[in-house]
Amino acid sequence: MANTAELNGVNGLRDIRRSPASHLAAALEAGSVQGTVVLNEGPFQTMAGVRVDPRSEEGGRIAAAAGGLPARCGEVTGKDGVSVLWLGPSEFLVVAPEQAHDSLGGNLIGSLTEALGDAPGQVVDLSANRTTFELSGPRARAVLEKGCSLDLHPRSFTPGTALNTEVGNIPVVLQKTGEESFRLFPRASFADFLGRWLLDAMREYASPEVP
Amino acid sequence: MLLISCPNCGSRDETEFHYGGQAHVAYPENPNELNDREWAEFLFYRDNTKGAFAERWLHSTGCRQWFNMLRDTVTYDIQAVYPMGTPRPAAAPAAPESGTASLAADSTTTGTAAPSISGTSTSAPSISATGTTASTTAPEGATK
Ligand SMILES: [Zn+2]
Repeated sequence: MANTAELNGVNGLRDIRRSPASHLAAALEAGSVQGTVVLNEGPFQTMAGVRVDPRSEEGGRIAAAAGGLPARCGEVTGKDGVSVLWLGPSEFLVVAPEQAHDSLGGNLIGSLTEALGDAPGQVVDLSANRTTFELSGPRARAVLEKGCSLDLHPRSFTPGTALNTEVGNIPVVLQKTGEESFRLFPRASFADFLGRWLLDAMREYASPEVP
Repeated sequence: MLLISCPNCGSRDETEFHYGGQAHVAYPENPNELNDREWAEFLFYRDNTKGAFAERWLHSTGCRQWFNMLRDTVTYDIQAVYPMGTPRPAAAPAAPESGTASLAADSTTTGTAAPSISGTSTSAPSISATGTTASTTAPEGATK
């Protein structure tokens, strides 16, 4: 995350903003097993929900502004730290660092809105809709497999892809960012549940392995 | 647990989907000319088929798109998945292309749930390749 002290935002409101899982920060730190599986919240990412026909002219303009539009389930496009996740054939989630938000000096929402213009579609600021959990480590996949029925094996779920699915029985966008690192995007109201669910799933890895 | 093959996302758990009831219930051409009984029958009366049944499904926690499915109400065998707005395919016994979605009721827990990210495309399954545009945006015939 960027140096948040510099991000004062509109009317200085940035300082009093609380992320959906901020109350779990100590628990996430205590529940992480360094070198095995680590969980933390990466809050306040800038997110924009985009609905546009990717084959249309306006779809081309949005693609140019966002760094491409993914064509099929799982695909992620983007540029300069911006990720565009496929949610549906005409629905995409643009995820960018916090400072990309227009209220903090960025221009993500504005540039997408401008690219869409008056054409059919929508660009909605969804930055407060979801929070981000970052799960990494050699056991990260094993933790997710307790509550996700997709094939998460690397031969099928490769770094740089993202799937809209269920983890722990709640809807989550699951992005694989590296060989052993994942990002989970639950809606804000599910952040507490998912954080605690992941901590519970991680707990066994804090103990010595039983041969 | 059924494994349902979404045309956009590949095989997913049944819990990711919402059931949309009987497919191909056409809106009355002249609703004003219907009497109360006919209107009630359009709204509420549905077939209770034993065997192959065409129904609507929504991939609600995935791509949020509607599609039609031909499912055997006795064996739960999924015989076809086809786009909204296309006619119901014949209830052929296990057409090869619909086989990806077909699982016998007693074998649904085996590990064939690969999401096949690379293999899925946004085009319609070939069983319904009738030339109708397999529109991948909001379905025009969502109420049909
Ligand atoms: Zn789907």
